[in-house]
Amino acid sequence: MADLLWLIPALPFAGALLLVLFGNRISRGLVTAIGAGSVGISAAITLLLGIEYLSSQPAYYHQEVWNWFNVAGFNPSIAFHLDALSMVFIFVITFVGFLIHVYSTEYMAEDADYSRFFACMNLFVGSMLVLVMADNLLLLYLGWEGVGLCSYLLIGFWYKEPANGYAARKAFIITRVGDTAMAIGLFMLFQAFGTLHIQTISTEAVQLWDTGAQMAVIIAFLLLGGAVGKSGQLPLQTWLPDAMAGPTPVSALIHAATMVTAGVYLIARMHVIFELAPVAMMAVAAIGAVTLLIAGFAALTQYDLKRVLAYSTISQIGYMFLALGVGAWSAGVFHFMIHAFFKALLFLCAGAIILALHHEQDMRKMGGLRTSMPVVFWTFLIGAASLAAFPLVSAGFYSKDQILWLQLAGENGSVWLYAAGLLGAFVTSIYTFRMVFITFYGKAKTHVGHQPTMAIKVPLIILAVLSLVGGFIELPHNFGHVVLFSDFLSPILPTISVVPGFDQYEWMLQLLAAVVSLSGIYIAYLFYISKPELLASIHRSSTAMAVHRFWHSGWGFDKLYDILLVRPYVFLANVNKRDVIDGFYTGLARVTEGFHMMLSETQSGVLRNYVAGVVVGAIMILTISIFL
Amino acid sequence: MELTFYIAAAVAVLATLMVITRYNMIHALLYLVVSFLAIAIVFFTLGAPFMAALEVIVYAGAIVVLIIFVIMMLNLTYEDVQKEKEWLKPSVWVGPAILSLVLLAELVYMITAAETAPAAAVVAVDARLVGLALFGPYVLAVQLSGILLMAGIVGAYHLGRQKKKVVHRFLQERSAAA
Amino acid sequence: MNAVSMEAGLLLAGILFLLGMISVMIRRNIIFMLISVEIMLNAAGLAFIVAGSRWVQPDGQIMFIFILTMAAAEVSVGLALILQIYHQLKTLNSDTANFMKG
Repeated sequence: MADLLWLIPALPFAGALLLVLFGNRISRGLVTAIGAGSVGISAAITLLLGIEYLSSQPAYYHQEVWNWFNVAGFNPSIAFHLDALSMVFIFVITFVGFLIHVYSTEYMAEDADYSRFFACMNLFVGSMLVLVMADNLLLLYLGWEGVGLCSYLLIGFWYKEPANGYAARKAFIITRVGDTAMAIGLFMLFQAFGTLHIQTISTEAVQLWDTGAQMAVIIAFLLLGGAVGKSGQLPLQTWLPDAMAGPTPVSALIHAATMVTAGVYLIARMHVIFELAPVAMMAVAAIGAVTLLIAGFAALTQYDLKRVLAYSTISQIGYMFLALGVGAWSAGVFHFMIHAFFKALLFLCAGAIILALHHEQDMRKMGGLRTSMPVVFWTFLIGAASLAAFPLVSAGFYSKDQILWLQLAGENGSVWLYAAGLLGAFVTSIYTFRMVFITFYGKAKTHVGHQPTMAIKVPLIILAVLSLVGGFIELPHNFGHVVLFSDFLSPILPTISVVPGFDQYEWMLQLLAAVVSLSGIYIAYLFYISKPELLASIHRSSTAMAVHRFWHSGWGFDKLYDILLVRPYVFLANVNKRDVIDGFYTGLARVTEGFHMMLSETQSGVLRNYVAGVVVGAIMILTISIFL
Repeated sequence: MELTFYIAAAVAVLATLMVITRYNMIHALLYLVVSFLAIAIVFFTLGAPFMAALEVIVYAGAIVVLIIFVIMMLNLTYEDVQKEKEWLKPSVWVGPAILSLVLLAELVYMITAAETAPAAAVVAVDARLVGLALFGPYVLAVQLSGILLMAGIVGAYHLGRQKKKVVHRFLQERSAAA
Repeated sequence: MNAVSMEAGLLLAGILFLLGMISVMIRRNIIFMLISVEIMLNAAGLAFIVAGSRWVQPDGQIMFIFILTMAAAEVSVGLALILQIYHQLKTLNSDTANFMKG
């Protein structure tokens, strides 16, 4: 079974290749079969492989496909390495990816570029699988850039709208900043180890460096730079809300479930390096904490349904970073998995709503959808409950509670991080249910055009079930004590050491988290359902509205970068346009142009002049031959 | 024989001069026939009687007749002659005449300056010799001229057909603008 | 037979050629241009005949035959083109067919 490892990324790549080559010539049914089918088979193989992995419990599967190149002792290979961490990721990528592909067959059904969409989606799934299955960092980087490319292609999918192209370029350029840092980090790793093989680095790093070694810290920070760019964390988070310009399935797959969590994967994968650099770990946690708060408050004020979800994605990835930062590796990965379920679910529901309301994304124009779209309502409610960490029944409660608990109980945790997480949870439940109440309650404002059919409903229901029961594989100590997930990951990721004697307070913290979540929901209910006058009073206050605008613009980061970076750069480019060297080349072009104009004057279109030209040439040649 | 050559040469030059100064196309063609006939006599004096015959048949016969057919098809009128007169203003002549005189001077210089062996008596190269050479060493060239003529026929047929007028969009814009 | 000097023959060919050339340069009527080209071709053929006669070789005459063949093909294609131009532009003025000028 392990021999089939290479098929998992190869199938989506093959699908993408087929669709690129023949996409315009084959029927839509065949495009669907290739596009969704290739990912579906990948998912099936993953499932079989996962069952075998669980039953036989090897340390890892490894398969070398071929030697990539060999230059001066640097010989990275195209080789796949599958351990528990990769297993979680490929499960999410193929399985959620397949559901989203199925969903897309209906969502994109009317689109003229149906096959281009599936070609890009397949390419993305393939690249993402390469990213998480790579056994060396160079191959990982290939996948890393591949998903960046697909993200660019799919954000700008509707390229006829200039704003979409702008959003795509913005996403590409901003993530490139992080990628450059990561590339430098890879160079330094190679310099230190002479290889980019992940296992080798992980085992040798401990012998090479002491904890807090300068090299380790620098490399960890550079890798963190890459992770921050890809995962939309502070300070490179501004591209993600604009990335919502793409089709909604793209937002669900790339900008919620998989690609943006590549940063989480990278940090978890290179946890050995990060553990050697406590400063970098602190930075990870701090970035996570600040990001989750900033994005949470920004989400509170958005009116665009997808932008709310985008900010909430940034915020939830902040939670993952928070977990990774204190060394709660498995908690971070667990939250990644649960988040992939419920955030994909929320995006897909949002897509169904947007499709039904004729591509209307403004929540103020929605309302009353509870009765007209019951399936979407219930699944959305389940997703929202999971996002808001609704106590006991939702998966999000267990994953988030674990992170919050470890902020205090973990050795590296601190009260401040815990407080930030708790405040974030409060804000999360407010904006989540603000979204639910505005969209599904109240009066219907737009006519419902397209009722979702099976291709949309089935993925929604499956994801909703996963969002409910996904949490039960990992239950707290005092509450069932199921640790299937962290046991699964324990061979790869070290378990966090807990402060002794702290267990007795766990139930209090759980109660606190539950209360915070429920009170957030209640506040949202108060403002948007029972007492709208409270909202009106906020709208009357000019201070509150100023804060509102500030948050609405994403804390003004776009403006800040515009002033700090874009404008000076444009200014310099304008100044630099007319320098001496450039003048030389411009002059060259001018001279050529002048000659061109002169010569083109001779093309008068009068045949007689041409003949006269020939005669003058003949005279010249004869004269020369006479006088020589 | 020498005298015949010079007379024929004088006739040829005069007739050609008339050709290039006529306004009426048919008149020009008649002078052209005269010019060709004179040249045929020149060929004869140079000892190439077969070529003289060909000159009369093909040039003075076939080609001129072809041109006359086309002129008839075009239905030219008195206005066209007037237009031709208008186009051939004396000022038009100056430049080409100067160029040609320069070229002529150079030609004369080159012909006279070259060392020439004393002219031998004219020996006729008869058609038999020409035929032997043509179908001996030059047979490939003969086949190539056959292909050329074939291409000429096909090309003339293709181009001469009256097709539906297809105007390039660029030309359409031009005519729309005009 | 009296000898005809080669110089005289070449001079005649040159003069005829130049006359044809002047005509090509001054005419606007495209049929006249074609006629002028015929004159020039004929003059070139004459030069070959003169040379062939001077060296008593058949090659000059053979060249003339080829020139003749070429002239016939050229006239037929050229006249077909003239017909087309006349149908498209309703004139024989070669200056009007200048749409491709630079």
